[in-house]
Amino acid sequence: MADLASNIPDAAPRRSSLAGGSARLRKRRRAELRLKIYGISAIGIAAAALITLLSTVVFQAGGALFSTYLDKEIQLDTEFLGVTASSDPKVIRRADFDGLIERGLEERFPLATGRQERRELHDLVSGGANFELADHVAANPDLLGQSINFPLIGSDTLDLYKQGAYGQLDRQPVNGLLSVSELEDGSLAISTSANDFSDALRQVKSQLYVDADRLRRQASRQENAIRVYGERAEAAETEEERSEQLAAQDLARERRDALIAQAEALEARADGAGGAEEVDDENVSLFIKAGGGWIRLTEVNRAEASGELLTRVTLPIEDSEAWSFRIMELPESNRPFSDHQIAWAETLNEAGLIERVFNTRFFTAADSRAPELAGIWGAVVGSFWTMLVTFSLTFPVGVLGAIYLQEFAPRNRFTDFIEVNINNLAAVPSIVFGLLGLAVFLSFFGMPRSAPLVGGIVLALMTLPTIIIASRAALRAVPPSIREAALGVGASKVQAVFHHVLPLAMPGILTGTIIGMAAALGETAPLLLIGMVAFIVEVPTGIMDNATVLPVQVFRWSDFPERAFEAKTAAAICVLLTFLVVMNLVAIILRRKFERRW
Amino acid sequence: MYDVPNTTQETVVTDVKIKAKDVQVYYGDNHAIKDVSVEIENNTVTAFIGPSGCGKSTFLRCINRMNDTIDVCRVEGDILIDGEDIYDKRIDPVQLRAKVGMVFQKPNPFPKSIYDNVAYGPKIHGMSRNKAELDDIVERALRRGAIWDEVKDRLDAPGTGLSGGQQQRLCIARAIATEPEVLLMDEPCSALDPIATAQVEELIDELRQNYAVVIVTHSMQQAARVSQKTAFFHLGNLVEYGDTPKIFTNPEDSRTESYITGRIG
Repeated sequence: MADLASNIPDAAPRRSSLAGGSARLRKRRRAELRLKIYGISAIGIAAAALITLLSTVVFQAGGALFSTYLDKEIQLDTEFLGVTASSDPKVIRRADFDGLIERGLEERFPLATGRQERRELHDLVSGGANFELADHVAANPDLLGQSINFPLIGSDTLDLYKQGAYGQLDRQPVNGLLSVSELEDGSLAISTSANDFSDALRQVKSQLYVDADRLRRQASRQENAIRVYGERAEAAETEEERSEQLAAQDLARERRDALIAQAEALEARADGAGGAEEVDDENVSLFIKAGGGWIRLTEVNRAEASGELLTRVTLPIEDSEAWSFRIMELPESNRPFSDHQIAWAETLNEAGLIERVFNTRFFTAADSRAPELAGIWGAVVGSFWTMLVTFSLTFPVGVLGAIYLQEFAPRNRFTDFIEVNINNLAAVPSIVFGLLGLAVFLSFFGMPRSAPLVGGIVLALMTLPTIIIASRAALRAVPPSIREAALGVGASKVQAVFHHVLPLAMPGILTGTIIGMAAALGETAPLLLIGMVAFIVEVPTGIMDNATVLPVQVFRWSDFPERAFEAKTAAAICVLLTFLVVMNLVAIILRRKFERRW
Repeated sequence: MYDVPNTTQETVVTDVKIKAKDVQVYYGDNHAIKDVSVEIENNTVTAFIGPSGCGKSTFLRCINRMNDTIDVCRVEGDILIDGEDIYDKRIDPVQLRAKVGMVFQKPNPFPKSIYDNVAYGPKIHGMSRNKAELDDIVERALRRGAIWDEVKDRLDAPGTGLSGGQQQRLCIARAIATEPEVLLMDEPCSALDPIATAQVEELIDELRQNYAVVIVTHSMQQAARVSQKTAFFHLGNLVEYGDTPKIFTNPEDSRTESYITGRIG
């Protein structure tokens, strides 16, 4: 620059402003800014997706945090159970505690007499509650004949109802005085002095519009049919065929008119302010609480209604102020918790017999078909055994293999071939390892299905390449001067490696191992093939027991139809993620702590 | 141009410690050392000088068979230490390296304590029966390495925490802890500042009393200062070998003269 300037005679000293800049410079700045924005938005999208995912899972898992218990007093009737305190614990355990619990519930709600209603009543309590009661009594036989307070675990539907999964029982404002009297046929005649049921009537009637819509849709299908028959009649070649088509068209016309008439009638009914309407199980459920019990409305008008008793009510009620009117929006046919069950649950709740406590069972129990009894502990222990097998196989083999390849093996075609194959192995889809396990370990060697031993071996094969690659990288990162120093003072090659190189590479090796193990912990596919997807209700006690692992448990629960398993699935995912995060944290801490600089 | 070395110039009549005859070294197809024959004397500092890539380091590493660790490296010819062929099949290179200590270009203490750095060699060679003996060996080595006074209070401190010059002296102490007979030094001062260099050079001169010292150096001044014998390597050939004053003042070969006057190299 200076040379150029001096070559030009009398050139004015070149000055260019540093501020601002040329168009080219501005363009460059814009391009850089764009790149920055792309980067930031990419990170933003990723972060938003992660946060959404995590918050969804955690939010859903909230439902599994608490479980519902029925803390009802239980009379341990020795006569009913047919055992005494001196009976063998095994005999005590076999006694009919199920019947005892059911009898207690039926005594509490004597109106439940029909087969269906009694089943619904029994379904308030989990099918596992009687076993727990039996175990408790068998362990303390002195309790027999006494009346005890034993918390019975509630069923999954009771729990979901308490969580509000089916919606809330909305309390409606009431102004009038309630009268209820029993008619001869057992139904109830209900009336209020104000039009307290108007809103409810409107809600019930809104169902009429839905029905009318359905009818009109059917009518429009008939309209199509009419058109098609008309076209066919025109295209008919014989008179006979033509009249046939026309007759069919007339029939369709009749059907259409009938449907439209029905729809119009329904709409007229819905538009009218008054008029009694039947409340069926496709409608909202209407409850009245009065006289110390619960009534369900079967027919409703603005101020009058018919109903039936859900629980015992002191009748008749005349001009009472003490009543409430409640609506459950979700129709009974769309929820597995019936109107009766709602009334019973509310009654028990008001008596203070229902409590929600922290769900420790989830962290201590093994799997179960019943969501309220299912726990993650069996899968955690299964994962532990599997990881133990995986670690004890893959760590020594992987590290020693890496040491041999990196430090001792001669460089030739054979070792190159091995190296390429190890790298390829790391990219093999995990389900292929499952097939290998199935073919070799189960079919050929006849090892047990569903055992952590086989799962561990399969996962070890899968993790091995990761550990070898990470270990070799860690060994390569140790500076050669350390090896030379050791050799220089007369250490053998093995001594140099094991005394100096390996300890220095250890943090890197451990990091790679933990990451590999974390991947194995989250692995599902290969385990499905070797039978670790079985339904295991016992916590495994060794590597030969039947077991399942955390991710497989998540997979299974997500597949179950019961709605309560949704929360369990999310909670199991949280447990799995916690383990993975902890393992990665350990890896980071190890790396930070033992990282050496030279 | 160069100071004639004035330290301990009385030429002691010494015996030959290392005798190399027609040594050839190949790195794969590359003929790195050609027909090198040299006799290195005991209680003498012998300097190898020469331009980069001339083979001086390679030859040095042949003397304790450090080249064995390089797969493609092949050594032919004879190297005898005390009349024993070190490339004989019966020779264990591990024992050889205990006898022929080495100090490297870059200070490379183990990332362990100062004590463990020095004690490692004696430990693996079983030179001590108990802790007290090992302590003695470590102290003796550190004293001879002229670093004892600086580290005696912090033997448990990591060796990597010392300064560059201290680290290099620690490495020398580590090398002499196994009581070698020959000490090979591969540019021991190239990573050090002038003060540390002076300390190490002083140390080298003292070590001469007990060992045959072979030092590879890029610095001709250093070669002139510390050595009694100098060998000039060029393109894999040993061009000239003789008393240091003679090499630096009256070289026989024109290539040597060109190198020491700075025309090649």
